[in-house]
Amino acid sequence: MSAEALIKTTSLKKVYRFGSVDVPALRGVTMEVQAGEFVALLGPSGSGKSTLFHILGGMLAPTSGTVEIDGQDLANMSDAERTEMRKTKVGFVFQRFNLLATLNAEENIRIAQHIAGLADPDDEHFNEVVRILGIGHRMRHKPNALSGGEQQRVAIARALVNKPPLLLADEPTGNLDSENSMAVLDTLRTLNRKLGQTVMMITHNAEAASYCTDRVLRMKDGRIA
Amino acid sequence: MIHRLVLRNLFHRPVRTGLTILAVAVEVMMIVMMVGVSEGLLTESLRRTRGVGADILIRPQISGATISTADISDKLPAMLLERYPQIEHAFGATVFTPGNLQTITGVDWPAFDAMSGGIVIFDGRTYAAPYEAIVDEIYARQEEVTVGDSIELMSREFEVVGIIETGKMSRVFIPPETMSDLQGWQGRVSQVYLKLGDSADARGLIEDLRVLLPNRHVISVEDFLALTATNVRQMSSQFVNIIISIAVCIGFIVVMLAMYTAILERTREIGILKAIGASKSVIGSIVMRETLVVSIIGIVLGYGLSVVGKELVALRYPLIPVIFVPEWLAGAAVLAIVGSIAGASYPAWKAAKADPCEILSYE
Repeated sequence: MSAEALIKTTSLKKVYRFGSVDVPALRGVTMEVQAGEFVALLGPSGSGKSTLFHILGGMLAPTSGTVEIDGQDLANMSDAERTEMRKTKVGFVFQRFNLLATLNAEENIRIAQHIAGLADPDDEHFNEVVRILGIGHRMRHKPNALSGGEQQRVAIARALVNKPPLLLADEPTGNLDSENSMAVLDTLRTLNRKLGQTVMMITHNAEAASYCTDRVLRMKDGRIA
Repeated sequence: MIHRLVLRNLFHRPVRTGLTILAVAVEVMMIVMMVGVSEGLLTESLRRTRGVGADILIRPQISGATISTADISDKLPAMLLERYPQIEHAFGATVFTPGNLQTITGVDWPAFDAMSGGIVIFDGRTYAAPYEAIVDEIYARQEEVTVGDSIELMSREFEVVGIIETGKMSRVFIPPETMSDLQGWQGRVSQVYLKLGDSADARGLIEDLRVLLPNRHVISVEDFLALTATNVRQMSSQFVNIIISIAVCIGFIVVMLAMYTAILERTREIGILKAIGASKSVIGSIVMRETLVVSIIGIVLGYGLSVVGKELVALRYPLIPVIFVPEWLAGAAVLAIVGSIAGASYPAWKAAKADPCEILSYE
């Protein structure tokens, strides 16, 4: 393993049990992602990429194998430890934006700082992220007053405001038109370049995967092809 | 920030939030009013007994707070006055309780007036004929009677000839002879009131009277009031407790339903918060904070409704006094909060244990 590897998985397996039936989602994923890389995880539906996303994000425990994020072994963590890890180690961007409807854009971003327990929120970083994303003028608006592209940029800001080493994006352009999709991909690329942000983007869109990433990992039948 | 989220969530569904607040308010009002009526009736009853001005009561051996019989000789007051020089005033009264919690008292007015130190007559005069009655101002207000009106007592027509101040023994008075005739209590009274020249002599005299009248209940008025208060509170507490339990159950169920529907509706929000690192305790505390806010507003509104309820009762039913008991104002608040928290516990637990992975997978 390289000293710079931010993500490292070894023989990672996940089996879902439905009644008496075992359904393997991951069949032994071994991979590394270096710090500062922008990697796309490409695969069709059912290939296991969402399961891998949830395990890398600490939302799901693997059945076997190891998974390390920034040197921390997630496989042996308790649910509470993985919750703690999610506060500062991983930022999430979802296909459906997943903003809190009752909070405005700034509050949607700030709540991540609040939950992380940052007593002295780094306003300089907050302002820089907001500036790079170009959403400074939309901070007082609630999600229903923002376009899809703006909502996704707010979601990206929320994911990055605590300076996590890893940004996980699950189909971040899935709910956007082509123009906004390109804008979001460009934004992720810019964040990767300007801030050195490690990004892993899950997508089934080959064009999006190759548009702005350093490397494309292909998944098929629960394995990295 | 979490406070803001909690408040915004509550405002997001104003009808549901409003109904939940109203349920808590009704719960608090039920408790406060129920205890208030119970305490009010008791306090008023005790005030009227104290208002007679007596130091010692002689009653039937077995009797509760109210009596509706007469088996004490009407010669006893005069005999005691003659025998014990420390007794300054003595008279007997006949008491009939028709069943509506109010009593009709047959009493010799001059003797009663003398013992009480002078009873204020707002309008009219004392009775001078068999079927004349005196009522107190509260009774007159509730029944909307004035001097000269007729009222029906014990299936007979009585003319109201006087309206007196409240707080003196009873609300309705008739001549003792009339009461005896109507009830067949000739030569007997229900209880005897004694007033001493010096109240300090009461203890010694009570001892003597207990020897003299072994089949009677001789008791100081202060002890009688304390005993009555204790007994009535014990009896009424069972009924009050049932009403309080029902009120708390209503609050519990409404809060539980409201918070349960709230977390079902906000499943995705819970998933998002957990995904960005909110712990189970944070998620649970959001539900609990919403519940607390609703409860506190409901309690304040409940106090307001209680004040309105008290005024309405005073207007419509002046005979039913309502007294707010400070301990129960606090008690109602505690019960409302405990009931609400209990009601929100299951929704909070369900929200806290929600799996973000499962929630966010359903894109």
